[in-house]
Amino acid sequence: MIKIAIASGKGGTGKTFIATNIFNILLQNNYAAMLVDCDAEEPNALAFFKAQLTGKKEVTQQIPVINTEICNFCGKCHEYCNYNAIFILPQMKIIKVIPDLCHGCGACSVACEFEAITEKPVSLGQVTSYSLKNADCILEARMNIGVMSPVSVIKAAIKEINNKADVAILDAPPGTSCPFIQTVATADYVILVTEPTPFGHSDLRQSVETLKKINKPCGVIINRAGLGNNDVSKYLFQEKIPLLLEIQFKKEIAGLYSRGKLLSESDSSFAEQLLTVVKNIITKHGNSSHQR
Amino acid sequence: MEIAVISGKGGTGKSTISAAFATLNGKVILTDCDVDAANLYLLFNPSHKEEVIYIGGTKAKIDYSKCTNCRLCIGYCRFDAISRARDKVVISEILCDGCVLCSRICPEKAITMVANEKSRMFSGSFSNGEIVYGRLSPGEENTGKLVNMVREKAKQLSKETGIETIIIDGPPGIGCPVISSLTGTNKAVIVTEPTISGLNDLKRIRVLVKKFKLEEYVIINKSDLNDSMSSRIKKWCKENGITVAGMLPFDRKIVDALVQGKSITELYPDSTTGKKINKIWNKIIKQKR
Ligand code: SF4
Ligand code: SF4
Ligand code: SF4
Ligand code: SF4
Repeated sequence: MIKIAIASGKGGTGKTFIATNIFNILLQNNYAAMLVDCDAEEPNALAFFKAQLTGKKEVTQQIPVINTEICNFCGKCHEYCNYNAIFILPQMKIIKVIPDLCHGCGACSVACEFEAITEKPVSLGQVTSYSLKNADCILEARMNIGVMSPVSVIKAAIKEINNKADVAILDAPPGTSCPFIQTVATADYVILVTEPTPFGHSDLRQSVETLKKINKPCGVIINRAGLGNNDVSKYLFQEKIPLLLEIQFKKEIAGLYSRGKLLSESDSSFAEQLLTVVKNIITKHGNSSHQR
Repeated sequence: MEIAVISGKGGTGKSTISAAFATLNGKVILTDCDVDAANLYLLFNPSHKEEVIYIGGTKAKIDYSKCTNCRLCIGYCRFDAISRARDKVVISEILCDGCVLCSRICPEKAITMVANEKSRMFSGSFSNGEIVYGRLSPGEENTGKLVNMVREKAKQLSKETGIETIIIDGPPGIGCPVISSLTGTNKAVIVTEPTISGLNDLKRIRVLVKKFKLEEYVIINKSDLNDSMSSRIKKWCKENGITVAGMLPFDRKIVDALVQGKSITELYPDSTTGKKINKIWNKIIKQKR
């Protein structure tokens, strides 16, 4: 199996546009493909398919529960908690866990010598699976609103792929921080989608530098070509980063996308170009064993 | 007055609109809270006054001269960051959450925590006021702490310079950094676009914004790309009691200006879009509850 992550420094450069179209083309060419929406804060890939819900898994985190009958307010748990998630006032005999700050690391339970701490699961979000033509092939990571970090839900969704496909397309979260890294670290290859503007250029550089640090091979698709300038192409040339495809800006494409339609359905030359890009990636980077 | 410009989804044109707001008449303090992909400064060539190191999370590191390979730490780590590799125990820098537990329980005291000191906060002046922004080092967890630091700096500058209007360009998403960007602001401007995902994301971020009880505005950007979707969004806003501050057409001039390192209101103040943005801004800053 090969996992290809589709990412962009900032959201909105067309990452979901590329991910959904690649997935669609792979299905049409009889690949056992799977689409995994890892943009758990704002998952959107599903809007492009008429898919059937087939399963739902809660993603939880353990949160400590302190039994104040047993607790002697020694404060060791508070000391062990590196996230300031335990609030304690020994004189007043008050101790509280602040769920929003807790990372579920379990350090407090280890710290407590009096067995005053047990744990309960709390929901962080869901991983849902969907089928198209009776084959399970879409996974969506969705973080609950108000939860601090999407990382656990993303990891759970990626785990769920479980070799059920030959090619998994990961729609990665924006940025270059933790959620992005956790997603791309599991991939064999990363397609960065950018646009030829100063913002696109600056975000792309940051993404490329990040991927270099973790030794991930990547290539770039320039979306909305013709709108800005040549700085991105020049940069790619200088850095010897493969330019996989350029998609000319057309107002119709944006309109089509806004209506939840896939360009690869109506534009066969686009579909073919994209398929060639992906086929090359699969040939070159498939089966290469990788580490997380 | 602090005005947060947010969008839920990236790429709706939030930053270009923030930049346009920042280059109208009054002086402003522009605060780029998208510390994960700060790029507003690219348009303003600020004179760099200050650079402050932000110390983010720490990562566990094994000192192999002390480690006896007892493997005790592996079972304690809840983030699957510690594993066996051939003849030794290794910690993945990517997976480590920095909880310090392994370091506390290691019988040989072989694990120490190493701070990441690569993140920065910058501030400086630009033609129309002050600008503050942060840059989180790659892979770092975006806990919102750097966002808080950036906002504190903006408030301090506001006091020092007497510039009252603070524009916050928020990060995408609905997680921690967004919450940090919204806390304590007076107004939230949500920039959306007429796509299915635009509406979905608007609904999702609204749930979050509602908790803060702010004045809320929506701007529908690139509204002419899908008129029927734009009306749907407008209708939804009306039903939910949110003021639509304005609709902006798709305009190549915005990108043209961007490429020249300028905002649309700087380069083409008299264009249709430029005038519209001016009108929207006046609506947002004037309206009082
Ligand atoms: S589980 Fe970890 S983060 Fe949560 S309260 Fe305990 S020590 Fe703190
Ligand atoms: S370590 Fe245990 S006994 Fe001590 S304060 Fe925490 S819960 Fe109470
Ligand atoms: S617990 Fe300490 S000594 Fe044992 S394997 Fe881990 S680092 Fe090495
Ligand atoms: S600090 Fe915590 S997360 Fe990091 S390796 Fe140690 S136990 Fe795991």
